[in-house]
Amino acid sequence: MSFPPEHEIHRRRFSRNLGVGVALGSFVALVFALTLVKVANGDLMHANDAPGGLGSTVPMTEMAPAPAPATTSP
Amino acid sequence: MADIRSFEQPQEAGFGDFVQLLKPRVMSLVVFTAFVGLMVAPVHLHPVEAFTAILFIALGAGASGALNMWWDADIDLVMRRTKGRPVPAGLVAPGEALAIGLALSGISVVMLALATNMLAGALLAFTIFFYAVVYSMWLKRSTPQNIVIGGAAGAFPPMIGWVAATGSISTEAVLMFMLIFMWTPPHFWSLALFMNEDYSKAGVPMLTVTHGKKSTRTHILVYTILLVPVALATSFTSIGGPIYLATSLILNAEFLRGAYRIWKRDEVQAEADKYRVEKSVFKFSLLYLFLHFGALLAEMVLRPYGIGGW
Repeated sequence: MSFPPEHEIHRRRFSRNLGVGVALGSFVALVFALTLVKVANGDLMHANDAPGGLGSTVPMTEMAPAPAPATTSP
Repeated sequence: MADIRSFEQPQEAGFGDFVQLLKPRVMSLVVFTAFVGLMVAPVHLHPVEAFTAILFIALGAGASGALNMWWDADIDLVMRRTKGRPVPAGLVAPGEALAIGLALSGISVVMLALATNMLAGALLAFTIFFYAVVYSMWLKRSTPQNIVIGGAAGAFPPMIGWVAATGSISTEAVLMFMLIFMWTPPHFWSLALFMNEDYSKAGVPMLTVTHGKKSTRTHILVYTILLVPVALATSFTSIGGPIYLATSLILNAEFLRGAYRIWKRDEVQAEADKYRVEKSVFKFSLLYLFLHFGALLAEMVLRPYGIGGW
């Protein structure tokens, strides 16, 4: 299989394709950076809080301590 | 073997034409006011979050611009000021403008909500809806009050910036909104005075077309008088201070003087000097808004040094 010579449409649409490519690449980089910041700030941690289940907004630090096990002797 | 065949097109849109679809000049004002709204808020976002918020507020504004160009292609073609836009110029197909407008609206609203909060995303969605549907599709062609009510769309960005940072609407955000809302009518009507032919040809019921220029001159003066207390009120909130107050006093005095000069003139005088006063007031109105928001930013920047704020 051989590659055909560059078609005229490739040259004509070069600026458009380059612009779309740069825009998409920038979008991916931005989402990645935003994810790093959100994770570092702990913004997304609340969703996994155990007591309230998925979607709970109670921070881990505010959880009530678990009750001590019963120590009655037989 | 696959090959690409295409038909020759005398004019084909480049990337820049698609950027023009987003009304970059309007976007620059949106970026600036949203940036100030976000920066003067008492809660500070991480720089990446702040950048993302401003970017997608601007992109949302651009999306509504693309939807406006799709809907208004017929009247844009008639008006000298707008006939070079990508859709009436035949560079971008109306369907493409619609698709880009809808896609960017969705992306910008979702990304702003994810980056900041749901209220900011909802406000951006409402702004796009307001500009594209309420203003472009409904008010613009049906009432001479189109600019007055439609001005709300341009007034939302600083409020969205504030909400992106704080998560709630407060007096300061409402006053920033009101400043642009009340500024829009005298700003646009002073433009309409010397662009009247365009609107008349396109059949857009601007005040100059439906009520005449004399009535428009009176409206400019009345709305400028109403703008003054709104602009000054911000001085006495948590984001205001002596810098803003002094700037606002000077700018409002000058804007009032310009509105008074417009009101005093008649068409014969205006025609004689080719609308010199109207054009200068229009240009000054841009500076008026820029310096008001610039003063708010100055208050915020200088506050740590004991200069800004009360």
